[in-house]
Amino acid sequence: MSLRRPAKIQPEYFEFNSSSLEAANKIISRYPDGKQQSAVMALLYIAQRQNDNWIPLEAMKYIAKFLKMPYIKVYEVATFYTMYNLSPVGKHFIQVCTTTPCMIRGASKLVEACKEKISENECELSNNKSCSWMEVECLGACVNAPMMQINDDYYEDLDKEKTLKILDQILKGETPKPGSYRGRLNNEPENNRKTLMDYKNA
Amino acid sequence: MLKDKDRIFKNLYNDMGSDIVSSQKRGDWVNTKEIIDKGRDWIINEIKDSQLRGRGGAGFPTGLKWSFAPKELGSRPHYLVINGDESEPGTCKDRDILRFEPHKLIEGCLIASYAVQAHVCYIYIRGEYFVEGEKLQAAIDEAYEKKLLGKNAAGTGWDLDVYIHYGAGAYICGEETALLESIEGKKGQPRLKPPFPALIGLYGCPTIINNVETIAVVPTILRKGGKWFASLGREKNTGTKIFCISGNVNTPCNVEEEMNIPLKELIEVHAGGVIGGWDNLQAVIPGGSSMPLIPKEKCETLTMDFDSLMAEKSGLGTAGIVVINKDQDIIKCMARIARFYKHESCGQCTPCREGSGWMWRMLERMAKGEATKDEVDMLGDVTNQIAGHTICAFGEGSSWPVQGLLRHFKKEIIERNNLDPIVQKKNNIPYLVDQHLLDKKNA
Repeated sequence: MSLRRPAKIQPEYFEFNSSSLEAANKIISRYPDGKQQSAVMALLYIAQRQNDNWIPLEAMKYIAKFLKMPYIKVYEVATFYTMYNLSPVGKHFIQVCTTTPCMIRGASKLVEACKEKISENECELSNNKSCSWMEVECLGACVNAPMMQINDDYYEDLDKEKTLKILDQILKGETPKPGSYRGRLNNEPENNRKTLMDYKNA
Repeated sequence: MLKDKDRIFKNLYNDMGSDIVSSQKRGDWVNTKEIIDKGRDWIINEIKDSQLRGRGGAGFPTGLKWSFAPKELGSRPHYLVINGDESEPGTCKDRDILRFEPHKLIEGCLIASYAVQAHVCYIYIRGEYFVEGEKLQAAIDEAYEKKLLGKNAAGTGWDLDVYIHYGAGAYICGEETALLESIEGKKGQPRLKPPFPALIGLYGCPTIINNVETIAVVPTILRKGGKWFASLGREKNTGTKIFCISGNVNTPCNVEEEMNIPLKELIEVHAGGVIGGWDNLQAVIPGGSSMPLIPKEKCETLTMDFDSLMAEKSGLGTAGIVVINKDQDIIKCMARIARFYKHESCGQCTPCREGSGWMWRMLERMAKGEATKDEVDMLGDVTNQIAGHTICAFGEGSSWPVQGLLRHFKKEIIERNNLDPIVQKKNNIPYLVDQHLLDKKNA
């Protein structure tokens, strides 16, 4: 299990804005009547998006009231799942996969690059306060290892140089192109494709 | 090598686009109504004839699973749940189905929902696959627009709604009952079985849970016939499978191949060979991180299917092949996998919550050569205390890779770790008893 604690400094008030409210009601309608508790995970995501990528305790209380469920149940969910950030992270949140398939293809170089460009330690804001990074477990793009995720996008087939370049762009506020950085099409065998050739050339 | 005409996922590399028009060109949604008109029993029998086994890891026969759903619709509605919480290290096949072949999945959902009499289908996707989820949502919206979903879906007279439910980074939610807990809005801790979800599942209603790949191959099987699918591979291990080949190979890739294909062919032909040549191979993890590794000697002749890997005391699992060559430190690789399991344990059962951490810490020390001689056997004992003593299969999943390491690389571990034990053990006393208490006479 991973140790997860809410941040020490918490905002005093939280409330969904109108677009969040609309999205929340739409999600609740997907579940049967009386089972609105099912929407708690999606609502926590909405709160996280609205609140600069992290969830304050006030938001959990708000969601508990919103879904008519006990606050502790929301707290349980928010602390159980690792994708809910319980303390502030950068606007650009960088997650480097270091599980075995990525590790044996050199994920530690990506970690080095993050340490050089962003911050010495994990979950620490960069000098310009816009980025933070952390090591995570398998992100499910193993044939494109090593890779990292920045907010929602996957950046694949990296090495240290390419990572440094991407991080430079991010720090400047640009959005680098997601996908493979070795120029191959998604997950095909690079320059070695032997299947579905008719479709490739079609 | 499998012929292109027998491949189910023709857009695996996204040569053609995943929208509905190009999907229909590839044959999706063409005669869905005709298939469903043939009736529930025909569909289930055809799937049974095809001998399709679940693609999520356990390899349970799909037709059999569907037949467990109650025949008569009672007071409780039925649900179909698709498991797309793909988090096993080494596996990334569902991601490609979600983003490049979403209509195969959605059509499969309609047919499977009809077969098990469900009017609502939830597709559970891991939270990290946000972009893939958006692509699937776009495909679902297209299907609603073309009246392939919703009321009287595809003109079949069956009503079906499909919703996506995002996970949030918990590996354990790939376990079917934990997944149900997660959809119900609780933390993902597995339930005891029985009762099985087919009778008491989501919201206490009958629920059938299938992997993304399993459902996505169903429409093609029904179109081409169960016999066609059964003619590929070998008895009880039929059909095609997407293999993910990652690690120390020249061209890591996903490829759809026939079951029972030799491992060497997969690595040499599709993945461009091991980095440094075949002789540089050290070991292969054949089916995602929870399956025990297989040393090089056995890789020469190994074929990839459920039963032949079972005979090697490993398993096909999700068919995520991780190739490890001799440049890597095998103990360190396994220590990293143990760290993964330590991080992902849900904390419900004590043997797994505590034991996964013990295994990780012991392996870390063994990788550095800081462990004592007796700890090697102790590690083996810890794995045996975890496997089979937990509610779900996570206990096995976390201890099998360590057992595999001990089975095949014990010599390497002992060579590196030859410190004398801190406490000298008396021969006939097991180490679990506190040694210092035994020194007292009346203890």
